[in-house]
Order: sequence, then C-alpha cells, then structure tokens
Amino acid sequence: MKSTATKSYDELREQARQLRLDVLEMTTKAGSGHPSSSWSPVEVVTALYFGGMLRYRPDEPWWPERDRFIMSKGHAAPLLYAALSHAGYFEREELWRLRDVGSPVQGHPIQGMMPGVEATTGSLGQGLSLGLGHVLGGRLAGKNYRVYVLLGDGECEAGQIWEAAMAAAHFKAGNLVAILDYNKFQETGPISREIALEPLVDKWKSFGWNVHEVNGHDIEEVLSTLQLVKQLEATGQPQIIIAHTIKGKGVSFVEADFTFHGRALNAEQAELAREELDATR
Amino acid sequence: MQLGKQAGLKLSDAPLRNVFGDALLDLAKSNPKVVVLDGDLGNSTKAEYVRNEFPERFFNIGIAESNLVGVGAGLAGAGFYPFIVSFSSFLLCNAYDQIRLAVAMSEIDATIIGSHGGITLGKDGPTQMGIEDLALMGGLPTFTIIVPSDPATMHAAVKAAPDIKGPVFIRSSRVPMPFIYPMEDTPFEVGKANVVREGTDLTIIGCGMMVSAGLDAAAVLAEEGIEARVLDLHTIRPMDIGAIAAAASETGAIVCAEEHLLQGGMGSNVARVVAEENPVPMRFVGLKDVYVESGDPWDLLKKYNLTADDIVAAGREVVKAKKAA
Ligand SMILES: Cc1ncc(C[n+]2csc(CCOP(=O)(O)OP(=O)(O)O)c2C)c(N)n1
Ligand SMILES: [Mg+2]
Repeated sequence: MKSTATKSYDELREQARQLRLDVLEMTTKAGSGHPSSSWSPVEVVTALYFGGMLRYRPDEPWWPERDRFIMSKGHAAPLLYAALSHAGYFEREELWRLRDVGSPVQGHPIQGMMPGVEATTGSLGQGLSLGLGHVLGGRLAGKNYRVYVLLGDGECEAGQIWEAAMAAAHFKAGNLVAILDYNKFQETGPISREIALEPLVDKWKSFGWNVHEVNGHDIEEVLSTLQLVKQLEATGQPQIIIAHTIKGKGVSFVEADFTFHGRALNAEQAELAREELDATR
Repeated sequence: MQLGKQAGLKLSDAPLRNVFGDALLDLAKSNPKVVVLDGDLGNSTKAEYVRNEFPERFFNIGIAESNLVGVGAGLAGAGFYPFIVSFSSFLLCNAYDQIRLAVAMSEIDATIIGSHGGITLGKDGPTQMGIEDLALMGGLPTFTIIVPSDPATMHAAVKAAPDIKGPVFIRSSRVPMPFIYPMEDTPFEVGKANVVREGTDLTIIGCGMMVSAGLDAAAVLAEEGIEARVLDLHTIRPMDIGAIAAAASETGAIVCAEEHLLQGGMGSNVARVVAEENPVPMRFVGLKDVYVESGDPWDLLKKYNLTADDIVAAGREVVKAKKAA
C-alpha cells in the first residue's frame, strides 16, 4: 500500500517536478491538451497522492474504503494520469498514448476507463456534486473515507458548483474537501476581466464552508493544511482550501501568456520547458 | 484523406469556426442590434472576432451555460438580436431547459451557435463532442436548424439568421471544409435543399461535412457506372419535403450521411419523410450508438465509418437493394 509511504519534502518537490515533466511529454506528443491547467495544481495533487494524504490501493483501484479524488477540472487530465501512473495504478508507458485513437487515456477523464479515474469530467462544474454523493453514500454504508474534489477558479462560475456548495453544508459533509486551484485565469482571459469571482472567501463562508487559503505551490503549507482539514472533519462543516497558484507554473513563458490555455507546447518550446524544469531539480 | 479531393473541390484554408467568426463580425458591422454571448470559449468558437471590434456588444457570461442562455433571451426581450455561442455539447446539454422555455417556447428571435459539432473536434474526446446536438434540437419544435456544409453557406446562414422568424440553431465545426459553392451569390435559401450533383441511380443526402464526403463518394461511384445525385440538406427543420420526395421518386434509393448519432439525427428525419411520401430502399451513414474516443479527427472518421468510402459502400448496397425490389 503506497499511501503510507512517507516522503521528505525534497522528495515531494522532486515528485512534483516529475509530474510536470510527464505532463509536458504527454501533451507535446499528443500535440494538444492543457499543460498550463495541469501545471498549476501539481503540488496539490502531489501532496494528496504522495504526501500520505489519500488512502488508496493501486492494485485494488475500487477498494470500497479508498479516499476519493475527483478531478472536477477535467481538462487537467494529463496531471491526473501522470499521478495515477506514478502511484502505481498503471504502467507509465500508457501516458504516451494520451489522446490516441483506441487509447483509454482519454483527452478528458472517463470514469473507470483507467484504474483510479473516479469520475467523468470535462464539462465543467460537475465534480463537487459527485463528491457530495460519495460522501452521502459513504455515510450510509458506514465507511469513513474522505472525498477530495479539485476545482478550477473559472469553473466556479458554474451554477452547479454553488448548488453543490449549498447542499454540502446542509448535509454537514465534514469529510468533503474542495481544493480550488486559484490560478486567476480561465480560458479566454484573467478571471477578474471575464467574471468577477471575488470576494471568493466570503462567498464560500456564506455558503457554510470552512475556508483555508494556502500558497498552492508550497508543498509544506499544502500538506499541513490538508492535515488540519482532516482534524476538522468532526465539525461537520465542509472544508475548502483555496490554493493560490500560477497557471503554467514551472515554465516561465507559459506562466506569462494565458493564451497557452488548451495548447500543447511544440517541440522547440518543449525543449525550453524541459531545460527550465531540469534547472529546478 | 482530404475531404472533397475526389470530387475536385478546393479545401478552405480556414476551419469552419474561423469562417463563422468572420461571418458574425460582418453581420455585427452591418446590424447594430446584433449582440454576442460567449461561454468563455470565444477563442475557440471565434466569436472573439466580434469582441475585438465591438467589445460593448460582446458579453462573456463565463462557464455558466444556463445563465448564458437566460441572459441572451433577456437581451432579445430588450430588443437586441442575440447570438449565443459555445460548444454545442456544453450549451445544449447544460442549458436545455433554459433553451426550451426562454428560447423555443417563447419563440424569441435569437440564434444559438453550436460550435465544435460532431466528432471532428478530435482529441479533446467525447466529453466535449457534440454528437447528439441535432437530436436535442429536434426536441425543440420552434427552432430552425441549419448545418452549413461549406464556407459560403456558413456566411449565408449567419447572414440570414436575424431575418428568420423565431429561434435558429446553426452548427459550426472545428475543421476546414471544402468550397462547394461560390462565395458570391451563394445559392442558399432556408428550408430549401440544394442539389449539388445530378444523378439518377440513387441520392446521397448529407449535411455539414458529409456533403463533401458525399460528393467524393459520388465521384467514386461514377467510375463504377453508378450516378448519384447529392443533396445538401443544410436545413434540417423546416425540412425540404419536396426535394426528398423527388429524390425518392426520381432515383429510387437513398443514402443518408451525417456526422451525428443515427438516433434522432438528419437521417431518421429524412426516413420519416421517405416512409410517408414514397418508401424506397435507404441506408444510413452515421454514429451507431457509441461515444467516440479522443483521437485525430481523420482517424476517428475512418474508425467510425464516416468517410466517403463508407458512403460508397452504402451506395452500392442500396442500389443493389433497389434492383432486387
Ligand atoms: C461546461 C463547460 N463550459 C466550457 C468549457 C470549456 N473550457 C474548458 S477549460 C475552460 C476554462 C477553465 O478555467 P479554470 O476553471 O479556471 O481552469 P484552469 O484552466 O485555469 O485550470 C473552459 C471554458 C468546459 N470544459 N465546460
Ligand atoms: Mg483557472
């Protein structure tokens, strides 16, 4: 069982770097995909899968007691696949078939098509409701797993997110943890230019959630907050971690240009990106 | 495989979505009532062309399709002509009830653009593909439903939309289409199908990219001595019953081809007309109860039997059935 493995912070940072590299290779090879959206929540996903937060069994992917991780911002599928393969769910070779005809490694996640893929997402706004369903089901079945849902900030424009938020508080879903990848950009531009989300903390609070803010690239801070959130489960209040992140994190020219949304890097750009990611080793 | 090659058509440099963006911008220039509503996809659908020139008439409502449709309908009530633009999948599937009440039942004058229709958006995969959009539109009685087949008809459809009474749906696409018609004086009348090739042995009825594929197929069949008529059924509703009845009576066999599920798409509607008017042997090229995976668009068309070759095979078969009858 991988999840009990404890890694040092340095090891976790190296793990995060590996995930970024895999996302790069996958999307560049496929010639499409969402590298910038996959790079912003890398530390969050690293903390969950490799920081001892999620309880899971790669050799028994649908173990009923497993903690759930739902990638609601489904376009970050490359990151999900990379994490699952590093966690031991499937061979790393599968990653290089991303978006190929006949490959189960789909452009957006399809539930169960790869082991560990918990939900079909890609039409934004749907994951938090699914998470609440898992919470209610777990309660009914007498299981004590936790449910983590990764949301995009642009995704929070969707009404269904707020329908789920309201219901989660009503049902006292203390073991529901939303993590908001607050990278400040959506597809066509900066969130603040497109649809004002702020005051975001107040919004979630007013919906009955306990709100935490972290630097989403600081693995220590992310981990300690995830620990804290676990301890608050008994309060019955759903928990949200607003992770301040940088879209395209790790590759300077992608960080600087939001029009990289939904675009793979070409061979030349990929080479530069590889150099930058290697320099941070 | 290059669409339209066997038929000798010239492929457009621009994907159909870019053509749509140009057409919408042209319209916005000449018609100050036109407003554009985007669901945070203007860069993909090319609705952003209007944003760049007329930011005051462009509203990004965000990743919130139900709200997008409602706000658009409100703008129509305020005297403007809204173009509500997003991927056909997200828009129709997320906001169906809003479209049903505020747009269809209310019979407002508005156009919904379903971009990235069909499977040729390719690698993003089934969650983003619009393979059921025509069926969903079929469930909304007051809509005029248009599927342009080339750059010229896309321009003509966008231009015609505000003059159509009631709501309009136009399907757009991520891939380039060949030129079937001249850009000037394009023969395009809403509700009137175009015969784009004459023939007497069978009729290939298609919409969207399958019109070019149908022309390719007709070229191949001609080498075998089979002469196919090709009908561009660019308007799915109101359907050109006369043209379909004529196809049945004059050619005696019909192949329908569409980049859509067979259930509830163009072909099933044509079949109803043929059954009532003049039953003749028919074959159908389309998606057979599947979700199509991610992949290169041309590989997918091949794998799911949506190519000219598949229309050829269906053509041979239907001609055989006609002779046997
Ligand atoms: C319902 C729906 N509408 C539109 C889209 C198209 N789309 C894909 S990603 C995206 C932007 C997402 O922004 P955000 O949630 O901030 O994620 P980020 O890419 O910044 O991580 C959009 C609009 C979609 N996938 N689903
Ligand atoms: Mg974002």
